[in-house]
Amino acid sequence: MATVTHVKKACTVNPLKMSQPIGAALAFMGLRGAMPLLHGSQGCTSFGLVLFVRHFKEAIPLQTTAMSEVATVLGGYDNVEQAILNIHKRTKPEIIGICSTGVTEIKGDDVEGYIRLVRERHAEVADLPLVHVSTPDFKDAFQDGWGKAVTRMVQELVAAPSADAARDPARVTILPGCHMTPGDLDELRTILEDFGLQPSFLPDLAGSLDGHIPEDFTPTTIGGIGVDEVAGLGVSSWAIAIGEQMRPAAEALRDRTGVPFRLFPRLCGLEATDAFIMFLSEISGRPVPLKYRRQRGQLVDAMLDGHFHIGGRKVAIGAEPDLLVHVGGMLHAMGAHITAAVTTTHSSVLAGVETDEVLIGDLEDLERRARERECDLLITHSHGRQAAARLGIPFFRMGLPLFDRLGAGHLVSVGYRGARDLIFSLSNLVMADTEQHHEATPDTWRVVDGDGAQSKGEAA
Amino acid sequence: MSSLSATIQDVFNEPACGKNATKSASERKKGCTKQLQPGGAAGGCAFDGAKIALQPLTDVAHLVHGPIACEGNSWDNRGAKSSGPTLWRTGFTTDINETDIVFGGEKRLFKAIREIIEKYDPPAVFVYQTCIPAMTGDDINAVCKAAREKFGKPVIPINSPGFVGPKNLGNKLAGEALLDHVIGTEEPDETTPYDINIIGEYNLSGELWQVKPLLDELGIRILSCISGDGRYREVAYSHRARAAMMVCSKAMINVARKMEERYGIPFFEGSFYGIGDTSDSLRQIARLLVDRGAPSELLDRTEALIVREEARAWAAIAPLKPRFAGKKVLLITGGVKSWSVVAALQEAGLELVGTSVKKSTKEDKERIKELLGQDAHMIEDMTPREMYRLLKDARADIMLSGGRSQFVALKAAMPWLDINQERHHAYMGYVGMVTLMEQIARTLFNPVWEQVRRPAPWDDPANTWQARADAQLAAEAADPETVEQARRAGAVCTCKGVDLGTIEDAVRAHGLTSLDDVRRHTAAGTGCGACASRVEDVLAALPALAAE
Repeated sequence: MATVTHVKKACTVNPLKMSQPIGAALAFMGLRGAMPLLHGSQGCTSFGLVLFVRHFKEAIPLQTTAMSEVATVLGGYDNVEQAILNIHKRTKPEIIGICSTGVTEIKGDDVEGYIRLVRERHAEVADLPLVHVSTPDFKDAFQDGWGKAVTRMVQELVAAPSADAARDPARVTILPGCHMTPGDLDELRTILEDFGLQPSFLPDLAGSLDGHIPEDFTPTTIGGIGVDEVAGLGVSSWAIAIGEQMRPAAEALRDRTGVPFRLFPRLCGLEATDAFIMFLSEISGRPVPLKYRRQRGQLVDAMLDGHFHIGGRKVAIGAEPDLLVHVGGMLHAMGAHITAAVTTTHSSVLAGVETDEVLIGDLEDLERRARERECDLLITHSHGRQAAARLGIPFFRMGLPLFDRLGAGHLVSVGYRGARDLIFSLSNLVMADTEQHHEATPDTWRVVDGDGAQSKGEAA
Repeated sequence: MSSLSATIQDVFNEPACGKNATKSASERKKGCTKQLQPGGAAGGCAFDGAKIALQPLTDVAHLVHGPIACEGNSWDNRGAKSSGPTLWRTGFTTDINETDIVFGGEKRLFKAIREIIEKYDPPAVFVYQTCIPAMTGDDINAVCKAAREKFGKPVIPINSPGFVGPKNLGNKLAGEALLDHVIGTEEPDETTPYDINIIGEYNLSGELWQVKPLLDELGIRILSCISGDGRYREVAYSHRARAAMMVCSKAMINVARKMEERYGIPFFEGSFYGIGDTSDSLRQIARLLVDRGAPSELLDRTEALIVREEARAWAAIAPLKPRFAGKKVLLITGGVKSWSVVAALQEAGLELVGTSVKKSTKEDKERIKELLGQDAHMIEDMTPREMYRLLKDARADIMLSGGRSQFVALKAAMPWLDINQERHHAYMGYVGMVTLMEQIARTLFNPVWEQVRRPAPWDDPANTWQARADAQLAAEAADPETVEQARRAGAVCTCKGVDLGTIEDAVRAHGLTSLDDVRRHTAAGTGCGACASRVEDVLAALPALAAE
C-alpha cells in the first residue's frame, strides 16, 4: 500500500505530465471520420499535433479555433463558428470533438451555448455530431482529458434504448483507457472474438492510428468506431472498462442504457489476465479456448525464465496512474521492487500500487529518487532518455510520447501473449545491460581498504 | 501589454525587409503574417517561435511560465545540437494551477527562478510568457527584474505569448528580447579582425559543424551564433563582431538590422545550403571582414578554399550522376533554405519538375517560394490517390518536401525525403550537399518501393487504388472539359477560398484590370495578401478578355 504525496516545489523540471486537452483530442481520434478541434491559441494544437505525429508516425487530424489575443478577450463565438463551418466545408467530418483549453476556460466561453447557436444559424451543421468537453490545461492531466472526452461521447452519442429493446448477448462494449495501445486493442479484439463475443471499442485507436494503409484517406481520422455504432452501444450485454480513468464513462453508459460494467484496473500479467479470461468465459458461457490455455502456459514459462532477471530489480517508474498500476502489478508479481514511482495526477488506484510512496511530480523527482535509491531499471516515456543516460541504467520506454523509437502503437502488454513478450523485452534489456556494464572482473569482489565495502564494479 | 503591442508594431515595420518596403503603410501595420483561419490553420504560435529561436542557447535555463501544455507537451523535441552544456534540454515550467490563476502566478514564478538558480546555477534564466499569465496580468518583466536584483544573475523576460501571432512573429519577439536585455551587456576577453556573428542559425542536426571547420581553417571566428550551439555570454558580447551573416531572414532580420544600427556591424543575408550558396556566403563573409579592416589576403585564401571544396564536392557527387540521369524530383517546400539546394540537384543530373528556377532573379525566387508554399500547404489535405496522381502528373520519381506531408507521400508509396527542420540528416555546406545527394540515391533506389506497391496476392491487380487512379488520369486527360474544369478549380486565394475560374469569370464579366478590382469583385487577395502575385499573373494572362 502506497501513500500518495504531492511534491512541493514551484518549478516543474522535466515534465512527466502532459495536458488534458490533447488527451481528450486523442480520444476523439478513436472515432471514424473525426476531427478534434482545440478551442484555444493555435500553438495549443500545434504542440499536440507534433507530439502525436512523432509518437504514432502517422498523419494526425487536429484543428484549432486559432484564438487571437483580441478574440480571447472578447469571447470565442466567432472563432468556434468559423472553425466548425470551415472544417465541415473542407474535410466533411462525421463528427467534430471540441476540447477547451486554459485561455478559453479562463474567459469562460460557453461552448455548449455556442454550439446551439451555430446549429440554429447554419442548417448544414444542424445535425452534424458536435461533442464538447471541458479540459482546462491548468487542471488534471492527459489521462483525465481522455476519460472526460469518452464520458462526453457516451452522454452525447449513445442512444437511450427503447423500453422493449433487447440486449444482444454477444455484444460487448470495451472502454479502454489511454494507456492501451492500438496493438493492445487488437489483442483484446482477438481474445473477445475467440470467445464468440463482438466487441465495440470506444474509442478505437486500433482502427485509426494502427498504421494501416488506407484505400484513400481523408484529412479526418481514417478509421475508428463510427458514430452510428456508438449510438447502438446500448444493446451491449456488458461493458468492460480498462483503467480507473474509465469509471465515469462506464457509469455514464450504465446510467444511460442500463448496460452493466466490470472495471479492470490492470490488465497486465498472469493474475489480471486470468481474471479477465474467466470473466469472458463467464459472460460468453464458453469454456476457455485451447489457444489461451497454451498461451497461459507460455506466460508461466516466461515468468519462470524471466524472474532471474527481473526479480530483485529496483525499478523507477514514471507513468500516468493507470499505466503505473497496470505495469507495476506485473513487475511486482515478478519479484521486482517498485522503488521509485512518480505519476501525473490524483487517482483512487494509486494507494494500491505495490510501493511505499507514489509521488505526483516530474522526471526530476524520479531521477533523484532513482539515484538515491540506486534503482537499476527505469520505465517511463521517451522523455526519460536524458535521465537514463545520466543514471547509466537500462531504460524501457513505455507510455506516451514514445518518439525516439519505432513501433509505439504496437507495444502490447495485455493478454497472456502481451505479458509474455513484455517480460522477454524487459529481461533482454537487463541482460544486455549486464553484458555491457556489469561483467565480472578480477576486482569485482575485492574488498576495498578500510570500510569493507565491495568495489563499485559489483556484478549485477 | 501596451509595450508588447508597441514592440509588435515595431517588428512589423522592419525597414530592412524588402517585401515590407513595397507595402503601403496600412498593409504594413497589419503585419507580415498570414491571418489565421479558425478550423483551417496550421503551425505554431508566437511562444513556439520564441522558444525555437532561443532554446539552442545551450547553457541557459529556459523557464516557461504557463500551464503544463506549453512545456509539458513539447519539451526536448527539437533537433538542435550542443557541443557542451545540456541544460537547454531540461524542461522548466511553472505548471500553473487554478490557485495561481486566481491569486496571480508571480510568486510562483519568482520561487521557480530561485529553485533553478539554486539547483542548476545557470549563467542566465530566460522566462517565457504564455497566454494565460498574459491574460491574468502576471508582470514577468517586474518578476525578472526583482529576481535579477535578488540573485545577481541575468533573468531575461521573453514576452511572446502564443495568442499574439504565429511562430514567425515569435522569432522576432525573441530577437527583440536579446536586443533589449542581452546583446551589449558583456565584453569578450579578446577580439580579432576575423570575428563574425551568425544570426538565425540553430545548428539543427549539428549542421553548423559542417561549415565551422572551413571558417576555422580561414581563421574566421564565430564570435556568437544566435542561437545554434550558443552560450549566453557569447550573445552578450556579440556586439563586438566585425560582420554578421543573417541565415534565415524571416526569423531574425530585426536583430541583424538593429545590430548594424547600434553597433555598426554590417550584415548580409546568406545561406549555407547548396554548393554555390555556400561559396557565395564564404566570399561575402571574407569581403565584409576585409572591408572592416581584416588583411585582404583573406580574400585569396577564401577563393582557394572555395575552389578546393567545390571540386571535392562535385567529385563526390559525380559518381551519382549516371544513376540520377532521367530521374525527376518534385521539390515542394515553403521553407526558404531548401531553395538553395536547387542548383545542386540540377548539377547532380536530377531534373526538377513542377517548376524551374533556372536563371531566376531573386524576385522570381520569392514568387516561386510563395507558389510552392501554397502547394505545400494543400498537400496535407490530399488523399494518397491524389498524391500519387500529383507525382504521376509531374512525372516525378521522388518528392522532397517538409515533414508535414510525409505520411501522405509515404502512404501513397512514393519515395520521399524530408528537407524540413525536423529532418535527421545535416545538409549544410559542401559536405552536407553531398550527404543530401547520397540520401536521395538511397531513397530513390531502395527496392522497398517495388515491394510496398505490389498488391496483396488476393487483390485484383486491375482494381487497386493505384490502377483506378491511373485509369481516372487517362480518362480525364482524354476529356478536354475535365481538364479545363480541373484548371479552373485551382486555388488562387486560399484564405478566402477563391479559385482561378471565379477570378477569370469576374475579369471577363467586369473588364477588371487591377489587383484592387479583383479584390473588390471576388475577395481574392483580401486575406493575407500572399496571392497578390498569382492574381496579377491571372490578369496578365487575360489582357484580351479585359479589353472585350
